[in-house]
Amino acid sequence: MLHNLFPNVQVADLVEATKETIYMTGISVIGTFIFGIVLGLLLFVTAKGGLWENRAIYVVVASFVNVFRAIPFIILILLLSPFTDFIVGTVRGPNAALPALIIGASPFYGRMVEIALKEVDKGVIEAAKGMGAKTSTIIFKVLLPESMPALISGITVTAIALVGYTAMAGVIGAGGLGDLAYLKGFQRWDFDVVLVSTVLVVLIVFLFQMIGDITSKKLDKR
Amino acid sequence: MISIQNVSKVFNLKGKDIRAVDQVSLTINKGDIYGVIGYSGAGKSTFIRLLNRLEDATSGEIKIDGKDINQLKAKGLRQARQQIGMVYQHFNVLWSRTVADNIAFPLEIARIPKHKRQQRVKELIELVGLIGKEDAYPSQLSGGQKQRVGIARALANNPNVLLCDEATSALDPETTDSILQLLRDINKQLGLTIILITHEMHVIRKICNRVAVMEAGRVVEEGEVLDVFRNPKQRVTKRFVQQIMGNQQDESWQSIVGEYETDQLYKLHFIGEKTSQAVISEVAKRYPIDINILQGQITQTQKGPYGALIVYLTGEKEAIAAAIQYLQSTSVEVEVNPNAS
Repeated sequence: MLHNLFPNVQVADLVEATKETIYMTGISVIGTFIFGIVLGLLLFVTAKGGLWENRAIYVVVASFVNVFRAIPFIILILLLSPFTDFIVGTVRGPNAALPALIIGASPFYGRMVEIALKEVDKGVIEAAKGMGAKTSTIIFKVLLPESMPALISGITVTAIALVGYTAMAGVIGAGGLGDLAYLKGFQRWDFDVVLVSTVLVVLIVFLFQMIGDITSKKLDKR
Repeated sequence: MISIQNVSKVFNLKGKDIRAVDQVSLTINKGDIYGVIGYSGAGKSTFIRLLNRLEDATSGEIKIDGKDINQLKAKGLRQARQQIGMVYQHFNVLWSRTVADNIAFPLEIARIPKHKRQQRVKELIELVGLIGKEDAYPSQLSGGQKQRVGIARALANNPNVLLCDEATSALDPETTDSILQLLRDINKQLGLTIILITHEMHVIRKICNRVAVMEAGRVVEEGEVLDVFRNPKQRVTKRFVQQIMGNQQDESWQSIVGEYETDQLYKLHFIGEKTSQAVISEVAKRYPIDINILQGQITQTQKGPYGALIVYLTGEKEAIAAAIQYLQSTSVEVEVNPNAS
């Protein structure tokens, strides 16, 4: 029946493309989570009145974040291709999409991290200082745990944006469902492929949203 | 001992200097429960933050057990802070940690090994009366229980000094009393010096032995709690004393005068230790006079009862004079009606 409804859909292709999309999203979410938290923490602690107030570092990080957030993703992939070639050794395939995905999403997530950290109760930070905690202790034992639910909902939103980015990356040859929909579906005008790809992308988005919601809820003891 | 010499803190707000703490000098002895009282904006919160350098003093010297807090470098300051517990108005416990883990936090900071940590946490949970709540999260606790976590946490590293920043201001009166009781027990059991700031005279009366009154960044009055109660000098101090004693100074006479023979009205001031003796019944038994208590209020402080009664004495003139003489021989002070003819 599946074959009658969607005559041009190759199950093997579909499985392969889905795996690639999940792979690209998964790795880039992990990379973005780490890199974004670093950016967000830097913004938070070096800001005026922060734990490590430092105007120079703040300006550099804030500029980086603002510039990279302003570049449309499709242009960012092209712009980063020499860098990608240098790091990954190729500009095609799922791995080649990763640098652009992480660099594209981290500034976006970094701002969310900064907002999440600003929401941490000032009194709790003060209490930790009053107990004689080092700045690193405050970061790892107060700031990050106390903002974790917000950090998780932030990365969930970012993960969903990243699914969209992988589809765009697919158009220039990174593989995944975007690639499949564009090359096999759009270019050959086998529209059933586009439809099935869409459904799969939506399912992946739902999956990420669900994981994010459950985790965030579980961590929130407020 | 904590010695504070000419300490000032100046904030610069939009080019304007604001002296939050202005030339404050105090000496706080070991084992004291020292209260600093003032209305909001008096600078008391800033003052207490100077003691563990959550705020840096602009000038002056703060010595805790001989160590000059203002001269400490980052590492020395962190170590000194481990010896100064602090309790906050809004508790400031970590919602992401259980009660036990919150109490363990300062021990983690002090790098106490895990098994010792667990043992100390157990002791502290017992001390503050939170047995059974070890694995609860702060969101499952009442305000009083959260403050108990805050107190246990502040005591974790066996500090020499406990700073309380409006520790009871967010609590209802009953819970306030139980927390004050806990602080007093800790002070007695551990010989811990407690410095607390508050805007409630009630708190001072309940547990403090010395008090400083702050207004506009300055300490305007300072001394033994009973002395300050008995003889408040500054207007602001009088207002605080009135908070719990009512206005006993002048109006009280006027409201009574007219109905009674004015030369038989006396005001008896009960101050401190010996007041607990049954002075009034003693007088009634010894002398052939009647004592009619018209008005008065007695309240309990850390150093014994304090208050005043206005009494109307009837009987033979000689008997009254003898009774007055007897009263004066106790610790009761007798004031004659200023309107007496």
